[in-house]
Amino acid sequence: MNYLSQLLFLITVGIATYILTKRISRIRKNIMMGKPLDRSDQPNKRLNTMLMVAFGQQKMFKKVIPALLHLMIYLGFLIINLEVLEFVIDGFAGTHRIFAPFLGDFYTLALNFFEFLAMAVIVSCVIFLFRRNGLKVKRLSMAELNGWPKLDANLILIIEISLMLAILTMNATDQIIQTRDLAAMGMHPYTKTGTFFFSSFLIPLFQNMDTTALVITERFAWWIHIIGILGFAIYITYSKHLHIFLAFPNTYYSNLEAKGKMENMKEVTNEVNMMLGLPSESSEQAPAEIGRFGAKDINDLNRVNLMNAYSCTECGRCTAECPANITGKKLSPRKIMMDVRDRSEEVGYSISKGGKGLDDGKFLLGDYITAEEINACTSCNACVEACPVNIDPLSIILQLRRYQSMEESASPSSWNAMFSNIETSFSPWKFAPTDRFNWADEVKKEEMN
Amino acid sequence: MSNTTYQVPTMAEMAAKGESPEVLFWVGCAGSFDERYKSVTKAFVKILNKTGVSFAVLGPEESCTGDPARRGGNEFLFQMQAVSNIQVLNGYNVKKIVTACPHCFNTLKNEYPDLGGDYEVIHHSTFLQQLINEGKVTLKGGGTFKGKKITFHDSCYLGRANNIYEAPREVLEALDSELVEMKRCKTKGLCCGAGGAQMFKEPEKGDKDINIERTEEALETGASIIASACPFCMTMMTDGVKSKEKENEVKVKDLAELIAEGLV
Repeated sequence: MNYLSQLLFLITVGIATYILTKRISRIRKNIMMGKPLDRSDQPNKRLNTMLMVAFGQQKMFKKVIPALLHLMIYLGFLIINLEVLEFVIDGFAGTHRIFAPFLGDFYTLALNFFEFLAMAVIVSCVIFLFRRNGLKVKRLSMAELNGWPKLDANLILIIEISLMLAILTMNATDQIIQTRDLAAMGMHPYTKTGTFFFSSFLIPLFQNMDTTALVITERFAWWIHIIGILGFAIYITYSKHLHIFLAFPNTYYSNLEAKGKMENMKEVTNEVNMMLGLPSESSEQAPAEIGRFGAKDINDLNRVNLMNAYSCTECGRCTAECPANITGKKLSPRKIMMDVRDRSEEVGYSISKGGKGLDDGKFLLGDYITAEEINACTSCNACVEACPVNIDPLSIILQLRRYQSMEESASPSSWNAMFSNIETSFSPWKFAPTDRFNWADEVKKEEMN
Repeated sequence: MSNTTYQVPTMAEMAAKGESPEVLFWVGCAGSFDERYKSVTKAFVKILNKTGVSFAVLGPEESCTGDPARRGGNEFLFQMQAVSNIQVLNGYNVKKIVTACPHCFNTLKNEYPDLGGDYEVIHHSTFLQQLINEGKVTLKGGGTFKGKKITFHDSCYLGRANNIYEAPREVLEALDSELVEMKRCKTKGLCCGAGGAQMFKEPEKGDKDINIERTEEALETGASIIASACPFCMTMMTDGVKSKEKENEVKVKDLAELIAEGLV
């Protein structure tokens, strides 16, 4: 019996690890479709940013109530998973609560603390479910979330509640089994653990069951929890929930420069220098192969852009702060991130099936994101500031605009007019350059006091 | 006598005399051509004159920094502008630049270094704050603005783009005015709607113009002056106030104008 369950456990973990490894490698490949970007500078500052923003949840606390509820789930995730270590050892070794005899009272204390967190997770998830489906918070009920994103969000909350209920059920039945005479049934008695406060409330539900049924329930809950966790780990690789892992590298590699600075296009600098007859960095070398100016598809974006897309949990704080979106324009920074991820998944999936990949005739700009969206952006950085995990939708929008302008000359006509004003009169407005200094004429005549 | 009128020396004039100023005042296109913003330029020049700052302008040699071209996606045009400007600036051996335009400020400060233009660049709000702190600006006793409610509209390119939130507020506090904040301010400040080259096109389809949304918020504070520190914000907020038919009660003013009015 025991060997059978050990074998089953081994098989379960094996299958889960296989699927998970494949998924992780797929996502990694998808992100690597982006252009390389060197962000190996300032490791200390990067580490600090990661500790503050991802580990410390700093930016979440701009909205205190959701931040506290989120913190409960986050702590629950981090701390309750310590118990999974015991699950894994028990599963492989065929033991039962292997830590209990060693830790004694501390085990009881720790499990009571885990149960408290499990309760906090359940309460937070229930409130989040209500907020998502009952309260109609604008950013959580926008059209871009219809279909899978909405289902995904609800599924995550329901799975988390189920996992916690499994722990509580397991602990409740375990406590009853400890009082039963297992030796009479030819089984090892369950290790004494002391009382678990929260799951004790569930004891009445199970008290009347016979011992066999209880052991089956307890084992079932144990399996549900461990299979649930492994299944959930695989699930999140298809879900917006990936932020629980990617928030860390995402904040580590986030932009540390002034938010107003746009990335310089070196390939353009070389051409400009040549046109102006200035020495250019690579004038001796043959010009590097230039793919495209700006971005039309995901492989034109950089890897941080793509990692950003996989880190987005679709909370919509960016969109809620976006001046264009607030005033009814089509642009939604969250949708930009969702589109980049969807396109990356689509291309990655196609490649993994030996399909056309990037050459499927579709493009990020046009088939996912429209010109109307990118042209509505005021580059105000409100989305970047709002993101709890330092995602930068603006960087993507501006790269798409570069493609629109430099490859297609398809900028809005007023912009094209503005460009030609700058070219011919060195000002975005059409004024004679010789009049530039006329403003001083009057003031030069005015007397000082 | 020439020394009793305001002076606006150009870099070329100074160079001809073998002199170089402490700071170059980068006027910007709006400051040079926009009817409304020219008075901000003049106000700032008056402050520079009265506080005895050694400055010069490029005059006709100045040219667009390229910011709106870059934001519109035209990197070629941006770099053409930037590289030519850097040649002019480096030709005069410019070390320090002050400008009243947050877009010029951001571009000169953050984007020119990649193209060979390294300068100490200061926005005029920080510059004014420094003049006040150094005691170089003396404001009239009693104060023209005493007790007046002023609200400050954060420019995105000063605020979020460059983390400058306090300097303009300190300048306003020096006026003895009552500074009232809008609901969305500082890091959460709402854009006026003109950034990212939006100044140069009609907005995309929507329910409302961004500047109207922002103006409504500014009017809610009950302030009689909306202070701004950016030519685009100035235009957008002024248009917003006009469309709400409040232009008689509520004025949109730049920090430099407010200080110039309060100068002894």
